[in-house]
This record gives sequence, structure tokens and C-alpha cells, in this order.
Amino acid sequence: MNIVVCIKQVPDTTDVKINPETNTLVRDGVASIINPFDMYAIEEALRIKEKVGGTITAITMGPPQAENALREAISLGVDDVILLSDRAFAGSDTWATSYTLAQGIKKLGKFDIILCGKQAIDGDTAQVGPGIAVQLDIPQIMFVKHIREINDTKIIAERMTEEGAEVIESSLPVMVSVVKEINTPRLPSLKGKMRSKKAEVIKWTAADLDVEEDCIGLNGSPTVVNKIFTPPQRSSGVVFEGEPEETVKKLYEAIKPVLGG
Amino acid sequence: MSIQVIEEKCVGCGACVRVCPFGAIEMVEKIAVINDKCTLCGACVDACKFDAIVMRIKHFERKDISAYKGVFVFCEQKDGKLQTISYEMLGEGRKLADQLGVELAGIVMGSNIKALATEIGERGADKIYIADAPELKYFLDEPYAKIMAKVIEEHKPEIVLTGATSIGRAFIPRVAAMLDTGLTADCTGLDICEETKMLLQTRPAFGGNIMATILCQHYRPQMATVRHKVMKEAPLQKGRKAEIVNIDLTKNKKVLTSRTKFIDAVLEEMHTVNIAEADIIVSGGRGLGGPENFKLIEELAQALGGAVGASRAAVDSDWIPYSHQVGQTGKTVCPKVYVACGISGAIQHLIGMQSADTIIAINKDPNAPIFKVANYGIVGDLFDIVPRLTKMLRKEIAV
Amino acid sequence: MDYLLTETQVEIRELARQIAEERIKPVAAHHDETEEFPWEVMKVIADSDLFGVYIDEKYGGFGGGVMELALCTEEFSRACGGIAVCYAASALGTYPIILFGTDAQKQKYLPDLAAGKKLAAFGLTEPNAGSDAGAIETTATKTKDGNHYILNGTKCFITNGGEAEIYTVVAITDKSKGARGASCFIVEKGTPGFTFGKKEKKMGIRASATTELIFQDCKIPKENLLGREGFGFIVAMKTFDKSRPGVAAQAVGIAQGALDIALKTAMEREQFGKPVSSFQGLQFMLADMATKIEASRALVYATARMVDSGNEKIAKESAMAKLLASDVAMEVSTDAVQICGGVGYMRDFAAEKYMRDAKITQIYEGTNQIQRDVIAKNLIKEALAGK
Repeated sequence: MNIVVCIKQVPDTTDVKINPETNTLVRDGVASIINPFDMYAIEEALRIKEKVGGTITAITMGPPQAENALREAISLGVDDVILLSDRAFAGSDTWATSYTLAQGIKKLGKFDIILCGKQAIDGDTAQVGPGIAVQLDIPQIMFVKHIREINDTKIIAERMTEEGAEVIESSLPVMVSVVKEINTPRLPSLKGKMRSKKAEVIKWTAADLDVEEDCIGLNGSPTVVNKIFTPPQRSSGVVFEGEPEETVKKLYEAIKPVLGG
Repeated sequence: MSIQVIEEKCVGCGACVRVCPFGAIEMVEKIAVINDKCTLCGACVDACKFDAIVMRIKHFERKDISAYKGVFVFCEQKDGKLQTISYEMLGEGRKLADQLGVELAGIVMGSNIKALATEIGERGADKIYIADAPELKYFLDEPYAKIMAKVIEEHKPEIVLTGATSIGRAFIPRVAAMLDTGLTADCTGLDICEETKMLLQTRPAFGGNIMATILCQHYRPQMATVRHKVMKEAPLQKGRKAEIVNIDLTKNKKVLTSRTKFIDAVLEEMHTVNIAEADIIVSGGRGLGGPENFKLIEELAQALGGAVGASRAAVDSDWIPYSHQVGQTGKTVCPKVYVACGISGAIQHLIGMQSADTIIAINKDPNAPIFKVANYGIVGDLFDIVPRLTKMLRKEIAV
Repeated sequence: MDYLLTETQVEIRELARQIAEERIKPVAAHHDETEEFPWEVMKVIADSDLFGVYIDEKYGGFGGGVMELALCTEEFSRACGGIAVCYAASALGTYPIILFGTDAQKQKYLPDLAAGKKLAAFGLTEPNAGSDAGAIETTATKTKDGNHYILNGTKCFITNGGEAEIYTVVAITDKSKGARGASCFIVEKGTPGFTFGKKEKKMGIRASATTELIFQDCKIPKENLLGREGFGFIVAMKTFDKSRPGVAAQAVGIAQGALDIALKTAMEREQFGKPVSSFQGLQFMLADMATKIEASRALVYATARMVDSGNEKIAKESAMAKLLASDVAMEVSTDAVQICGGVGYMRDFAAEKYMRDAKITQIYEGTNQIQRDVIAKNLIKEALAGK
């Protein structure tokens, strides 16, 4: 089975802090990590491979340093990695990102299942997966929390809904986006780590892909950021300290109006 | 397309470095240098007082978008019942349509759902498009997307709104991709620009640490998914009439075909209240010490008429199912009241709940970050405080 | 301190640290409380290839040595000394095979041990033979046809007992020769006549399993003899030379983990309007703790490298490393509890666990009194030899 995992390198939000003076994000020294949801996609790819065999290719679009995310993917057991990197890709919104990744996957050739994390933690859109599915004209199962069955022709998966889950069957090839509940990602192995140092990262620029100039980067993005601003910070409220009897009473009096009396 | 620093104009003030949300600008010998992390967001261009940063965008021939008029909202239904998110979409859609002086249309899909038209009309739609077919009994991405795209192509609305639910967020990105237009995810604010009449779509990014207003300038429709519980529900106006259009699905059967198929639904048994829907949420974290103590949280939630949430720590310890997890890798919630018990307030948790109207924190550590976002807090042992609070609430409510 | 580790060693340390942070720390208190064997952590370590760091590549390992083993043990111990010893004790049980096994024996046992599919344990201590290994009473009698040995006797305080699959056990084959009449055997779990006694309740390292090994007419094939008859005592001594830096590394890790908690708490806890870490009394304590830890780490690494270089005369240095590191661990973890104050003494705060875990490092694999004895004897021997 040819398994493709789409990943993204994102800033580790545990480290993201707000500078109270300028009200902007402090990003100095913020570590870059593989988008946490993509870790579940990688793990699920490894489990599918362990079950039915095949090859796993991880693909990402990003700046040159996104290579580190791909090397980490190798240390976890991914076979091949592809980096789509070009200044011309900068400013891509979800449409242009889906288009570019889809062109990368097309160039790669064969694919039976494309796995994506539910969404990226820096953008939270959850739109690139379905975008890729449309570009490649394949079906999709979104927000999958469990894969019940997978073979060469079909997949049966449970997708998360507000009420629980829906069991969906799909033909292959298919795009599957996964949620956290689906698995517990493994840690790298020493052999994987050693391999990741030496493994080749395939790098494709816009010139290597069959892409239209007006479909990539900022030019190819229907949406543009008009304004970025910091939301008003919540000011600290009233904190009661002391004997429980007292504090609970005080809190109750304070929240009574909020609860609608 | 490119971004450039005009070195002669740059005075090295560093204003651009400070505003760049991506850390893509460095000062090298007092001149700004933009590196590969740049996403061309343009924040620096606006911030530069000396016009030293310019963005050059190559303009391609654009499609004529003048024919697009009106606002469409997707009305989600399950088992023949209109979901509350649909009321919110109709309320917001009505507001935008009135600002633009155009028509509001609702689209509803399903099987045997014609009766819903009346309700959609009474909630403010001028026109209702109905796709009714046995194949649409259960939600499936492909038919939903194909029908939606077809209706949009035929009727050319300038704005399309969909609730950011497990259905909306699944199929609407397909529609946007099929129509080659922009889609802004999970908006928390929508407005019309007075000058350009364009849709201003505001959404949180970086887990709510910054807000971004997004435009879809050259493509139509302008599409957005809208976060649940943010917009006001449209009021019910009994007897309000609207035009009903049945979408003809017989001519082109292809729109109903799907490569995926619905097999079954699995409903979660425990604590069925959906936290994304709840107005009041009581959450428990690591401070509970064990699964058995979640009953304290449940009791308080019951007394308040709310749902039970949890921090990642509690979910990871298998004290409560994942569907209750609030935060970055769980659900983002915006209830009226959020009560955090024994949750320290790691940034990943705050991201998921900091847009609640009122936050109440109970924690034994006075330095816990949760107190920084809380409107009200008690420093103390939750085992002491939560039962007391529950008791007090029950008593007062009974009176 | 930069210890000029090789690229591979840096990767090993990084991976071990990640496992410790993400998979050991969150469950350390649970295993300490319940005394459940941490199989889920063993599985993670196995999947990460770290069980094989000190085993020859020919047998599925990574070709490293005592240094690599020490790095892993130290990092795991920083999160939990109890879970770390499950790992380290397997190495202790494996070393006799590495040192004295025939190629056939290595082929048979090492790949599974390197892959972490099976754990090993070393059985030497008996109720009446601890530091005095010459007093062993377990016997191994050769059958008349010469094809088997029959084991009888009881081993006690065996780490990984009951959980491990492979046991290397020292038994007397010729009582008349005293210590020179001991031999070492490989015994597999499940061999008829081989059972486990009660699981001990311990003060610390409670995640680990400590049991008796009971042999009652336990019949094993002669192929399971390690080395030659009469080599038992040598096997044990050579094994301890290799494993002692590992125990020392465990002590360094425990000490470091205790310091981490003390430092964090001292910086967070405020008294008189400022963090307690700003008071000189505590600063001096923290400085002394950090310095002593670094000194023992330096000695442990130096000893581990000396062992890996193939140097045979390592008894004194191994003893010194174990002595210093374990005494430092006890001292530092005690001070860590002191720095944390009242909360440090509480069971739901991690500090006191490090103190309980530290104590055993002064006791097992040769008490620190024995280590001093070894060091002193070697000093005198060297002096007499005119060195």
C-alpha cells in the first residue's frame, strides 16, 4: 500500500508567549515541532504499514528548515520524505497549499491513502486535507478516531461527530484526517534517529512541479490576511483566598448574576 | 510577488521585527532582513512608518465577480431536526444580507425534510433551497459538496456561511476547492466593509493568541465557516413567509453518488451533553487525582445545568473519554460560564476555553496560570470547595 | 559540562531523555504506589532500540558499551530510579552471556535481549551470601550421563525476578573448592523446578520486582553452563566490574532528578515576598548539590570509558564511581527534600521518592562498605607493587 502523510512544521505553542508591552507574540527561541495532530497521522500510517505492508512517504510544504520535521518523521519510521520549498510558495492560504501539496503527490505518483492530522495548531483550519482530496479527485473521511478495517480496496473508519461517531466505508484511494483519539504516537527509535541523519530529503521547488504561477503562493490564494491584531487580554479577576466556607459564599454571591439569579 | 526592504529608507527602528507574527524579520547591521519564515502576511508593511517595506503582487486577470449577489447559509439538520447552529447562521446571515441590502437564502439537505422550510423561513431566510432525496438520509461529504457547489454555481451568492461543525468543516472545504474560491475557517466575527462591501472575516489564529481579519478579494463567493455559540440565533418570527425552491436532483443523478458510504452511528453513552453546545461547562483536571472524583464535577455540572469537560491531563490518564477534552488537542468551547476545577491552566487548555464569557477557577495553587484568565477564583482544595458550592447552588435553586 | 560524547551517544542520551520525560515521569508515581511492574515502559524502551545499546551489532545490538548503558540508565533514573533499574538489571543479567557466552549461546539469547523482547536477571545473592559471594549454597550437580545439571537452592533479592525470561545464576558445582567451585548457568523461566518466591515490599525503587528464585531439582542442559565449571565467581566479578558504573549512573540520575525538583520548587516558592531560591542559605545548598553531582557524573563517565577501552584493571575505579555517586545521591536527595520543606516530605510530591530510591544505590551490587574495602585493598596492593 502506498501511504502518504501530509505534515506541517509549526511553532511549539507551549513556548509561545505574549510580550505584554507590545502585545505581540514572542517567537524568539520558540522551538519548531511537527504539528501534534500530524503525529497521529504518522503513527496511523506506521500502523497501517505494519498491518498491510507498503511504503510511507511524508510530504510537507514549507521553508527550508521544515526539513527537520521530515527528518523527525524518518526517525519515527517513515520511509521517504519530500519537501516542497520555494519562495514562490510563501503566502499560500489553504487553497494554494492544497493545490501545491496535491501537485507534489501527483508527481510522486501512486497513492492509496493520504493521511492528514485533523488540523494544524497554528492555523486551525482543517481545510487542506479536503482541498487535496478535491484536487486529486478522491473521497475523504474527516476526523477519524478509529480505523476498523483497511485492505487494498476499501477502508472502514469511525469519524468523530458531536454525538459520538459515524462508521463510514470508502473505496481507495482516500484522504483520511485523524483526531487525537485514534492512537498514541510512538517515540523515535535509535535506528530511526541514526537513519534520519543520513536519509535523503527529496526537495522540489515550483519548477519541479506541474504548477501554474497564478495558483501558488500569495498569487494563488483567494484569501489574504487584511489585519492581524492581538485580542484584548483578559484582565485578572477577583480571587478569593481563605477558609472554604467563606470563599465559597463569596464566590457564590459574585457569580449569582452571571448564572441568571 | 515578493516582499522587499528598501534599504535606503530603513532606519532600523525595529517596528517590523516587533509586529511580525512569524519571527521572519531580523535586524542585520540596523537594516531589516526578511527571511524564509515570511508568509507575506503584510503586517510589517503596515507597521513601517518609513514606507521601507513594500510588497509587490503580480496581478493576474481575475474572473468577473460582479454577478455574485446575496447571502447563502447552510442549514444543518440531523434526523429531520434543524440544529441550533443553523439558527446562528441564519441570524448572522440576515445581519450581513441587511447590511448589503440583498437576499438571504438557506440551503438544507436530507431525506424527508421538506417540512423544515417553514422553520427556516420563520428564522429569517427569504428563500429556501431544499435538496430532498433518500440518498441524503445520512451526511456524506461528496453529495453534500456536489449539491452545494451546484446551487452556488447556479445562483451565485456573494457570501456563503456554514457552521464550523463536524459536518460543516468536513464538506464545505471540498466546496471551496471545487469552486476555486477562498474559505476562512472557524470565524468568530463577520462584518461588511463599508467601502468595498467585502466580507471581513475575523478568526483566531495561534490558538487565539492573535486575531486575523481575512479577505477574499478577487474570488466569489466569499466563504466562511463560523464557530458555534458565537453568533446570535435568529429570532423565530411565526408566520413569516419565504420562497421555497426544490433543487431538482433527478436531472443529474451524479450529484447524489458517493464513494463513501454510511454504515452506522455510534452514540456515546456517558455524559451525553455535547460540550461544544453547552452554555455552562464544569471541567476537571489533574487536581482530581482519579477517575472516581469526576463525580464531584458531574454533581456541580448537574447543579448548574451544564456539561462536563476535562483537561488533557485527565483524559490522558483515562479518567474520562476524549470527547470531553477541552483545549488545543481537544475541543474549543465558548460557553457563557466555564468552571475549571483542579486545572492549572496550561496554554493548550487556555486556548480551548479562554473565549468563555465568564471563567471561574478553583485551584490550590495561587500561582496557577488559570487564575490569570479567570473572572473569579478560589484558592483552595477543590475537594473542600466543589461539594460546598454544589450544595449551595442546589439549596438556592430549590428555594 | 561537555563530556565530548560521540554523535551516537548524543542521540542515545536525547532519546533516553525523551522517553524519561514523556513516558516514565508521568507514570513514576503510579508504579511507586502500586508496585506494578512497568511493562508499558519496557515496551517503549524496547521499541526505541535502547535495550541493545551495549550489545554487539552481530547480535542485533548497537555495538556500544558500558558508557552507552550508563547514559540510558542515568536519564531513566532522573525520572524514576525504580523503572530505570528494571532496565539496568536486565543488562546485569545479560553481561555474563556477553562476557563468557559461546557464539551459540549468544546467538540464542542476545538478539531477544537486545530487542527488549525478553528481560534478563542476575542471580547471585542468597540469604547467607550477599557481599560474601563465596558463601553460596545453591548447588548444581552434574547428572550421571553428563548432559545435564540439577540445580537446588534459593536466591534472594533478585531484581526482575519473576518478570525476566532469562536468568544467569551462580551455583556451586564443587563445594570442596569454595569460591573456586562456583559456576554460572543460564536458566530460562518456565524450566521445571524453577519457581519464584514472594515479591519483596521495598522502601524505594518500588516499580521494580524483587523476588526469590527457587530451584528444586531444576534440570538444565549442560549447554547452559557459562564459561567453564569453577568460573562462577570470576563471571560474577567481571560482570560487576561492567555493571557497577551502571549503578553509579543510576545514582547520578536520581541525584539529578532530585536537584531538578529542588531547584524548580526553590524558584517557585515564595517566602517573605521573594522566591526562596534568592536566599543564600538555599543557594549554597543548591550549589553544593550541583557540584557534587557533576563530580560524580565525571567520575562515572571516565570509569565507563575506561571499562569500554578494554582495560582489565578497573576494580578500584568502578568501586570509586559507585561509592561516590551513590553517597552523593543519598545526600543530594535528602537535601532536596529539605529544600522543598514541608511539601517535600509529602507522598504526593515527588521529592521524597528520590530519597527512598537513592538509598538502595548505597547497598546493592556491593555495599559502599565493600566498595571502600575494594578501594583500600587496591591502594595497598598498588603501593606494595611500588607503583
